[in-house]
Amino acid sequence: MTLFGYRIPMMASLIVWALIWEIVGQLDVIFLIPPMSAIIAAGFDLVQTNSWQNATLVTIRSFVIGMALAIGIGVPLGVMMGRVKIIDNIFGLWVNIFVSAPLSALVPVLMILFGMGEATIVVTVFLFAVWIIVLDARAGVMQVPASLVDMARSYGASQATIMRKIILVSALPEILAGIRIGVIRGVKGVVIGQILVAVIGYGELFELYSRSFDMERFWALTMVLFAAAMVLSAIVENAEKRIEYYAGAR
Amino acid sequence: MTVNALAKEDFDPASVVTHDPVVRVEAISKHYGSVEALRSIDLQFERGKLTTLLGPSGCGKTTLLKIIAGLVPATSGQIVVNGRAVTGPGPERAFVFQDFALMPWATVLRNVGFGLELKGMAAAERNRIARRYIEEVGLQGFEDKYPHELSGGMRQRVGIARAFAVNADVLLLDEPFSAVDEQNRRKFQEDLLRLVEMERKTFIFVTHSIEEAVYVSDRIVLLSPRPGRVSNIIDPRIDRTANPDDIRRDPGYLDVVEEIWQGLRHYAE
Repeated sequence: MTLFGYRIPMMASLIVWALIWEIVGQLDVIFLIPPMSAIIAAGFDLVQTNSWQNATLVTIRSFVIGMALAIGIGVPLGVMMGRVKIIDNIFGLWVNIFVSAPLSALVPVLMILFGMGEATIVVTVFLFAVWIIVLDARAGVMQVPASLVDMARSYGASQATIMRKIILVSALPEILAGIRIGVIRGVKGVVIGQILVAVIGYGELFELYSRSFDMERFWALTMVLFAAAMVLSAIVENAEKRIEYYAGAR
Repeated sequence: MTVNALAKEDFDPASVVTHDPVVRVEAISKHYGSVEALRSIDLQFERGKLTTLLGPSGCGKTTLLKIIAGLVPATSGQIVVNGRAVTGPGPERAFVFQDFALMPWATVLRNVGFGLELKGMAAAERNRIARRYIEEVGLQGFEDKYPHELSGGMRQRVGIARAFAVNADVLLLDEPFSAVDEQNRRKFQEDLLRLVEMERKTFIFVTHSIEEAVYVSDRIVLLSPRPGRVSNIIDPRIDRTANPDDIRRDPGYLDVVEEIWQGLRHYAE
């Protein structure tokens, strides 16, 4: 964007909004909005506390395990659904129901099944992320041109080789797009799960700060989470761009 | 007139003499559910010659080619290649696809060498062979380009180079020039004739263009539609030592084109 002939950097609007926030905060209109400077100070303070570091560790652990399961199960399931009609018929309906279902409503049930601990959070992350990964992997496999598979067969490729050298490579752009959206959904899953369980990780901190009206730390934690989600998404997006040259060209 | 001769149902393919058949199609039938695509096709393909399967759409010519390639199973009958009955794809046959079937994520070099890669040949060796055929189809300098950087005609040259690189006895070409523009098509047909001359392989070629068939073929097999049957076999006997433009004006060439058109025209209505 350019303004009066000057190039404005991408994130400039954030600074404007932060300034507005600061002014509103300084005016002391409502206690919900403390000044931005106080939030940032609280943020620096927050990341040095033991409770934050432990919560972060727990959160990252549940997120990574949940995502690993979602990718490890989601991609193969999606690929199988794209290749084998009967598997598609068995799972298709369920995947489509769950991909748009309000999964937060399931978390209380999960708490009963998996207890008030990390297991519930891991399952929540998994359930939030896995369906879109399945659907995108399936879509990627289904758009592999039949002639490309015929080509590999005609030159003597085995089923395993066709899968490895043609189908997976050809479906890679869609698989990665699914993982990227899955990562974003997984971040939602880990936060919503922890807030609903309320005794572990960031959920415990959110509960603590909001109950004691510690709005500086509450907002600082929220912003740290938002930033983390954006950075994660950017990392996967970057991986996607590397292979885009052929995704756009086929 | 020839109209009746071409259209008659009781044409006997066995009456046509074929020396040294490399591919034999024996009583091949194909059904898709209740649809009969091919009915008891008997054909022989002569070694070192270019035979064209020609017919209107829906006559099953591509299906027959894919059955010969082993990509589509026949409902009954068998395919014999070099005296051996085959049921699947094999290294003695290579296929050139209508839509080129190039891997968009791989360079020209890797695409051309892909058949060899699947055979487990070492990279240095297969790249050497691939480069030779890239040069033979006139694509030197494009080894490191990706398919989307090439024109349709150049992409099909990659497809042809890939088929040549595996050194198969039989090349199966499924309407290879139909996605190529008209100017390039003519150039392609001339290049194909040069390659047939040079490589001494057996070519089985599918097209729906009568002119193309007469121009490139040693023998033309006419198929009739629904169900596909052999309706006639024609040897054009065009003198290919003449230059390409003269051939296309040659009365003999034009007569064969006209004869085939008369035989096929009642399917067009």
